[in-house]
Amino acid sequence: MATRTVTIASAVGLHARPASLFVQAATATGLDIEIGRPGQDDAVDATSILGVMALGARHGEEVELTADGEGADEALDSLVELLSQDLDAS
Amino acid sequence: MAEAETRHGIGVSPGAASGPVVQVRPPVRPPAGEPAPADPEAALTEVKAAFEAVAQDLEARAATADDTAQQILTATALIARDKGLAKAAGRLLAAGSGPTSAVDGAVEEYAAQFTALGGYFAERVTDLRDVGNRTIAHLLGVPPPGIPEFHEPSVVVAEDLAPAETATLDRALVVGIVTESGGRTSHTAILAAQMGIPAVVQVHGATEIPVGTPVAVDGDAGSVTIDPTEAFVAELVTKRERRERALASTSGPGTTRDGHAVALLANIGGVEDAVAAGPQDVEGVGLFRTEFVFLSADTAPTVAEQTEIYRQVFEPFAGRRVVVRTLDAGADKPLAFADLGPEENPALGRRGLRLSAERPELLDAQLEALARAAKETGADVRVMAPMVATAEEAAWFARRVRENGLPKAGVMIEVPGAALRSEHVLAEVDFGSLGTNDLAQYTMAADRLQGELSDLLDPWQPAVLDLIAAACAGAATTGRPMGVCGESGGDPLLALVLTGLGVSSLSMAPSKVAMVRFALSLHTFPQCQRLAAIARSARTAADALAAVHAAVAPDLASLV
Repeated sequence: MATRTVTIASAVGLHARPASLFVQAATATGLDIEIGRPGQDDAVDATSILGVMALGARHGEEVELTADGEGADEALDSLVELLSQDLDAS
Repeated sequence: MAEAETRHGIGVSPGAASGPVVQVRPPVRPPAGEPAPADPEAALTEVKAAFEAVAQDLEARAATADDTAQQILTATALIARDKGLAKAAGRLLAAGSGPTSAVDGAVEEYAAQFTALGGYFAERVTDLRDVGNRTIAHLLGVPPPGIPEFHEPSVVVAEDLAPAETATLDRALVVGIVTESGGRTSHTAILAAQMGIPAVVQVHGATEIPVGTPVAVDGDAGSVTIDPTEAFVAELVTKRERRERALASTSGPGTTRDGHAVALLANIGGVEDAVAAGPQDVEGVGLFRTEFVFLSADTAPTVAEQTEIYRQVFEPFAGRRVVVRTLDAGADKPLAFADLGPEENPALGRRGLRLSAERPELLDAQLEALARAAKETGADVRVMAPMVATAEEAAWFARRVRENGLPKAGVMIEVPGAALRSEHVLAEVDFGSLGTNDLAQYTMAADRLQGELSDLLDPWQPAVLDLIAAACAGAATTGRPMGVCGESGGDPLLALVLTGLGVSSLSMAPSKVAMVRFALSLHTFPQCQRLAAIARSARTAADALAAVHAAVAPDLASLV
């Protein structure tokens, strides 16, 4: 199982536009990906916009991504890169 | 109707327009007593197909929409495809709910979660319910809720518009928007302003106006006139042109014609308001209501959480003043974590500073967070307490503010007792701010929430003006500045009267600042003092308004 930890860079946290973009990207990988806070039992399906929004990850907070299957490492790397940008700056 | 009838709401997108009314179709509800599905599995397949159809419909509309609308529609489509939502519906189907009831139930489960999270999340509930309503309509084979087809320029009227509806409005055909609910920061307001469509929200009874009735919408004044005459519509348009020219003629800090400064400030209630008001021509914030930080939370927000929110609010105002009102909750706006129990008369009960006195740890956490955020952002932060009645309360509050390292403490003057004794109350603090809405409520003994009593709550009531005069006189003795942060401050005529009474700052919805600035620029301070005397010598509220209207500069009188 592949795991990555990343700090949310978006100023508004992981909701609104950043959440939409993240969920779209996670869905596009075709893998089962989960997102949650490290060490906490709150992981949600990364392809569920409602789940991701309800997670309520704020700017500067660490989140943990996990995925299984072929290409999991590459998929997580690309998602980490996405979350490391301020997605609300357009 | 023999005479044109005008209804008032809140203007959220400026401009004037007229046309026949188109009523938006209300959402379809699940039929009562919907039977359990014979085959829950098959029903789930059907429900999933309906969600997918709704998602595709939203995406198809996103493809032809502009940027902002596209983002909103795409995000709404993601909700329709949400696995969690489908899973929740599946669970309800298996438990014996009919298909539309299952969709409704699943939506409401998430809606409850988001409402509890509050703030931004609570606002997403509209999007979520829109997805649910569309899916229910699809399952029932009826047209989706929303705007029916129409072919002549019309005024769209609704309870509230879902973002998907507002985003896809045809600008050529929709000349105005009127909603019965909604607020200044609702999607309707934001998108209408962006699209340049005049809009008025919170118009009582709007959805009962028959389809096809001609109406005139004044997005500046926030009014809707039913069956207007042609002359009225023409006047509306020229008035708007004159108003635009007038407003463009002044800018910068507020001042009377003879150079008497009156700071023009914004009232804000959250991060979004702050971000919107920051770039505008205002000298700062005169009232930052902090309730939103607390009202939707289940547990007391931590100092760190509060600091982050305040930092976001202060940032757009670095170098400018931000007057923060500490938590103003009570039995009518109970806090999940500090509920002191029901009260017979919440408006007269343990609210505002009285709640802070019962739960000082809440106030201390808020003050600590405010001090930290002030230091981080360089905004000139001043803190004031709501519902102060006595000098002892003012002193207690000021001590706590200073202990937390904040340089300036003030009090709201909204209790008549504090207004009458303002000299002694203000001696304990650095400034006062008149909350004219509550001051009127307590002076006239008339519940603010009871619409039938609105005449008594008229800010032109001479008794209220007398109390304001007394409060200003007391403030003048101490040399402490007195501001106004109630609705009165945004009324250009009343703003002149208040200035004449000795008020040195006016805080209001940012959209009202330009007109008040223009009004001040036309009058000298002695003229304002004369207007104040005219208003106070009137026998009734209506007389006071009429007399002041007759005495102001004609260039202003013709605009208001």
